[in-house]
Amino acid sequence: MAKKKLFKLLLFKVTPYNLNKLIFSILKIRILDDKLKTKMINKVVKDAAEALQGVSSGMTLMVGGFGLSGIPENSITELVNLGVKDLTCISNNAGVDDFGLGFLLQNKQIKKMISSYVGENAEFERQMLSGSLEVDLIPQGTLAERCRAAQHGIPAFYTPAGYGTEVAEGKEVREFHGKPHIMEKAFEADFAFVKAWKGDHAGNLIFKGTARNFNPNMCGAAKITVVEVEELVEPRALDPNFIHIPGVFVQRIYQGKNYEKRIEQRTVRQI
Amino acid sequence: MLDKNGIAKRIAQEVKDKYYVNLGIGIPTLVANFVRNDIEVEFQSENGILGMGPFPFEGEEDPDLINAGKQTITALPGASFFDSAMSFGMIRGKHIHLTILGAMEVAQNGDIANWKIPGKMVKGMGGAMDLVGSAENIIVAMMHTNRAGQSKLLKECTLPITGVKCVTKIVTNLAVLEIVDDKFKLLERAPGVSIEDIQNATEGDLIIEGEIPEMKL
Repeated sequence: MAKKKLFKLLLFKVTPYNLNKLIFSILKIRILDDKLKTKMINKVVKDAAEALQGVSSGMTLMVGGFGLSGIPENSITELVNLGVKDLTCISNNAGVDDFGLGFLLQNKQIKKMISSYVGENAEFERQMLSGSLEVDLIPQGTLAERCRAAQHGIPAFYTPAGYGTEVAEGKEVREFHGKPHIMEKAFEADFAFVKAWKGDHAGNLIFKGTARNFNPNMCGAAKITVVEVEELVEPRALDPNFIHIPGVFVQRIYQGKNYEKRIEQRTVRQI
Repeated sequence: MLDKNGIAKRIAQEVKDKYYVNLGIGIPTLVANFVRNDIEVEFQSENGILGMGPFPFEGEEDPDLINAGKQTITALPGASFFDSAMSFGMIRGKHIHLTILGAMEVAQNGDIANWKIPGKMVKGMGGAMDLVGSAENIIVAMMHTNRAGQSKLLKECTLPITGVKCVTKIVTNLAVLEIVDDKFKLLERAPGVSIEDIQNATEGDLIIEGEIPEMKL
């Protein structure tokens, strides 16, 4: 009985009209595939070495991460391999002695740090006190917004953060809504090193948990944005509805490897 | 006199239903342990989470899930993650109702100093300047005096300040005080603490009006 119904249904479907429609839709797909569909821009590079081509001494680099969470481990290692010196690093923190930006500090590759908090690093302290390392401490929200401003083509903005403190020294003050604000400028950087969780060949990115932090804000905030991902996936593997950063902000993307993802303050619940 | 947990317990009473709250490092972190569980509250950590939960159980620590103190945490139902610019957008945009943070000094006009001691290694202000620069409801959690026994509630801050005229309330081991007309108005005494004890431990000008009740904890 059911078989008979199905047969009838099939028979009904195959009319000249339906057939036409079917042929047309197959044709349409073929036309789209061959002629109309533009190719995705492929940002994939082979490895960290290729991704960091063009990095040289004296450059200003943005480095994503908060503490040791979400730091671009592979790119940092490659910076050590390259041995480039006199770097200015814009990064919320400066790593710890034996991890993250601490590697570059040990190697004396950093001339200046622009950060909001640098308390976890003895080598940092030594170099800062000896005067060999220049340090510019700025409020965390201002740091993030100066990245975002660079990303969005906004040259400067006003913020209440730091008004009346030494952070405001030498900066323009303007009153808005009866409250004083200081002017802060967008960063200018040569390279941004970002770590994402997943990324596709087009450079579309998704971040995980609080490893997101400054990473999205640094994408497109420098002349060249280099992204390393835990999982480099095929185009279409990421749902466009859930992309955190569109590939337009990314120049190079590569599959990172051997992630250590060290925990800085392991804290657990007491039962 | 209160210990750190006592201070946190008293501050927890200031956390109201439907509040988004930013907790600083130190005593403020403890406040989460004492918030009534019959109200709806979400904690923000400025590195990029709303709906922060307690520390994870051993073995469940996630390097991609930490708080602003770099401690491993958990995310509660309804939690969300976001980038640093958006996080401080919430703070600057006054979407966070209450900020609780520690301090080295508070002046009677509401100035706060909590980031730098001249001559010592400067670690940085982190998000403190953004928080005190924008938040409208700032409660300071601290000891009334420093280790040398000197008052931390002063006429003027002696340390480099973090923000100007921003503190609304101070909860110490001795008292609850409010900034009113550029003075410290005494609201409550800690259990077993006399007004005289508070006067002796406060360098700034105190307003003492009427009966000063003991804290209910």
